[in-house]
Amino acid sequence: MKLIVNGEEHDVAAETLSELLVLMEYEGNWLATAVNGELVHREDRFDRSLKDNDSIEILSPMQGG
Amino acid sequence: MLTLYGAEINSRLLLGTARYPSPAVLSEAVRQSATEIVTVSLRREMSGGRSGGTFFEMIRALAIRILPNTAGCHSVAEAVLTARMARELFATDWIKLEVVGNHDTLQPDVFGLVEAARILVSEGFEVFPYTTDDLVVAERLLEAGCKVLMPWCAPIGSAAGPLNPTALRAMRAHFPDVSLIVDAGIGRPSHATAVMELGFDAVLLNTAVAGAGDPAAMAAAFAAAIAAGNQAFNAGLMEPRDMAVPSTPVIGKAVFT
Repeated sequence: MKLIVNGEEHDVAAETLSELLVLMEYEGNWLATAVNGELVHREDRFDRSLKDNDSIEILSPMQGG
Repeated sequence: MLTLYGAEINSRLLLGTARYPSPAVLSEAVRQSATEIVTVSLRREMSGGRSGGTFFEMIRALAIRILPNTAGCHSVAEAVLTARMARELFATDWIKLEVVGNHDTLQPDVFGLVEAARILVSEGFEVFPYTTDDLVVAERLLEAGCKVLMPWCAPIGSAAGPLNPTALRAMRAHFPDVSLIVDAGIGRPSHATAVMELGFDAVLLNTAVAGAGDPAAMAAAFAAAIAAGNQAFNAGLMEPRDMAVPSTPVIGKAVFT
């Protein structure tokens, strides 16, 4: 399945957002996720199914002013 | 004591966390500044969570309040989504709201700022809007539900200092009961003192400390400068005059012939 993850195209066989995170080796409780511009809470990632061409954002804390 | 959305804060200096030479230098600058609030961004995680995790643990170890920001967002949708993601990560309703409107000056898009503030306040966020020194925009932000305003005194990272003290003075006079924090454009401790002497409640800094030769020492200098400016404002400053006024009484002056 073709997915846009943080702006880059990936071919990943993930049915849910939580599967995607595992397959792409994203770990830790400091990640925030959104699918197609909508926040997906940590506890909802198991139930959030993905489809072809979905756009996923995975953000984490960074230095900022 | 500074009160921000019900939180009582002792330090009137808020620090950004960008551009420090190392995490150790950042930690020491935070310690020397005695700040109780640091601002932090969100960015795309490209290394599986490891880079964000390292930074997150370091920030949490500081054991002070985190003010997440929407730095770099250029649209209402982007800023609102980033704020929601920040709340998920940092478990705080606080958000420093930035909606950039101009690439060269990083001047806020004040129309988008008001719109985003209204949305976020309706969702329970406690919004710290990074705005210009425009009184009408300030009114709109307050109407949208903001209890704190963060006007710039010069473009971000410019170190230019207060470019329009008249506008800052007017903002203080129009909103005597609103917490006002100068954000962006401060380059020197004397700039910070100047805005605090105008009656501002606090200053948010980043580059002036992070880019200093000795960031920790500069953080301490800013803390002292901000405290001095605040103390001077509270003590009641003398207004400048055009003509000389003798400070020594004339009565009893000897007359020599």
